[in-house]
Amino acid sequence: MLETTTNESAITPGLHRFALATSACTVLLLMAGALVTSNDAADSVPDWPLAYGKIIPPLVGGIRYEYAHRLMAGSVAILTLVLAILLARCGSRFLGNLGFIALILVIAQAVLGGMRVLFHNPALTATIHAILAQIFFITVVSLSLFTSRWWNSAPPKLDDPASPPLRTLSAITAAAIFVQLILGAGFRHGAFGILPHIIGAFVVLFLAIWTSRTVRVRFGNVKQLRRWGVLLMAFIGTQFLLGIAAYGAVVQEIKAQQPTTTYVILTVAHVLVGALTLAASVVVALSAFRAIRNDATVSAATAVTGSPATGSSTEGSRA
Amino acid sequence: MSNRCFHLALTAILALAISGCGNKENTTTEQPATPAAPAGKTVDATTTGSVAGKVTLDGKAAPEKPINMSAEPYCQKANSGPVVPPTVVTDDKGDLGNVVIFVKDGLGDYVFDTPKDSVPLEQKGCMYSPHIIAVMAGQTFEVKNDDQTTHNIHPMPKDNREWNKSQAPGTSPIDDSFARPELAIPVKCNVHPWMKSYIFVFKNPYYAITAKDGSFELKNLPPGTYTIEAWQEKYGTQDQTVTIGPKESKTVQFKFNAAAPAAPPAD
Repeated sequence: MLETTTNESAITPGLHRFALATSACTVLLLMAGALVTSNDAADSVPDWPLAYGKIIPPLVGGIRYEYAHRLMAGSVAILTLVLAILLARCGSRFLGNLGFIALILVIAQAVLGGMRVLFHNPALTATIHAILAQIFFITVVSLSLFTSRWWNSAPPKLDDPASPPLRTLSAITAAAIFVQLILGAGFRHGAFGILPHIIGAFVVLFLAIWTSRTVRVRFGNVKQLRRWGVLLMAFIGTQFLLGIAAYGAVVQEIKAQQPTTTYVILTVAHVLVGALTLAASVVVALSAFRAIRNDATVSAATAVTGSPATGSSTEGSRA
Repeated sequence: MSNRCFHLALTAILALAISGCGNKENTTTEQPATPAAPAGKTVDATTTGSVAGKVTLDGKAAPEKPINMSAEPYCQKANSGPVVPPTVVTDDKGDLGNVVIFVKDGLGDYVFDTPKDSVPLEQKGCMYSPHIIAVMAGQTFEVKNDDQTTHNIHPMPKDNREWNKSQAPGTSPIDDSFARPELAIPVKCNVHPWMKSYIFVFKNPYYAITAKDGSFELKNLPPGTYTIEAWQEKYGTQDQTVTIGPKESKTVQFKFNAAAPAAPPAD
């Protein structure tokens, strides 16, 4: 169960805003990382944790991208440390643990980044680094949701007797998008070919549209769900088009002597919108789990009373 | 699991991850794959011949876009005008330079000494010079930085040890070698992503890189039938078979088609 609140008074708007700020900085960190790869600058600094044996290396050429990425990573690590401390003091064991996991993830991510520099083999190390980045991102996004007023106001439970249940559908969609990002990272760093990522694109496009449509049809009057459903739809549409354009740029870039501006913009945007699509799908899924009664509960209630369970909310299901 | 146990478990996992991540020693030199006392026949210098020839390009190569060095002001200043990637080097007559010619097959179990002299690879005006070098397995190559800016030198072999080293202006040259034969090892500078070069590593001394006039010569070949391969960065490879007798000299010509570039490498 995703019941996180044990001491609501300690989960303040300030804590929520700090979690949001950490999420926003993580988006910037993802962008900095994508810029490193797209500018072919991942190996421009051959040492780690220092850069050219110094705290501040010569800021020329590709070194600027790699160094900016390291600075951003350091900043996000500090923000995550503060967030973990605040969450540990907020009175919720669940949030305290999740904050600690976020901290562990960001440190592990830094170590993986170092391994990428020292051990090369980008197909393995860079792909894992990119996947862990997405896991960390959805962790801090989840923390932003878990510290929100809506989440902690114990929203009334809704019924969703239709099939497939939104809880299941949204969870499958989020998982599929995560797998799709793994395939994308694998292609970008040379671990896989493009075909699995292309097939995955159609699968997640279908699932995300289905999920968004289900949210709109069944829970269009629930603001929290509707808003994230619309965002998921917007992100997946944008991402699909960006994917086509980015692949065209990749094909052109193979022939080029150096990364072109078009290639850098399209590939970085594709990585960023991919992360935002995953975040939106995770928020839809978590919100669905928070707002919708479990099927098993409904079935059990039906079995006992002989009639379907009714929503205790004022915002009832339309399905 | 209690809260404390949970935190302890996660901390232990992290500690294990960090302990597994030591700094890889980049300066170690691999042991040559070939044994110190090779068991094989040596070339009889009194019977050797040669293969000479020319490589030409049929048609006109598509013009390359000039390199954009705006990311590094020094590099722009170091070059008097726009720099074009030396992917296809031709003269007015269509002779093709920067083509690697080598004996691909037919040498049997001959063994050869590794040359003692070092092959230079310079970084000048934020470009590699020469664009392609060839060495024997175990032979040293020397990377110099003649620029007033920092470079990193990053060879990416498949069969040899990958390394990546920085080289600040005015620092001493980097000497290294590759233990195993390998064709077309890409070398990159990630600080200046347009800087690309190739290192060829052979197990015999029968290789040449064509001059701008497309000419080459493979000297001191023992009598035999050989497959000679020509490798061009954009147009791929061509093979020819040639038989030379004792003290015989043969000529072979390679002609690449400008309209048929090879597929780009998968990496």
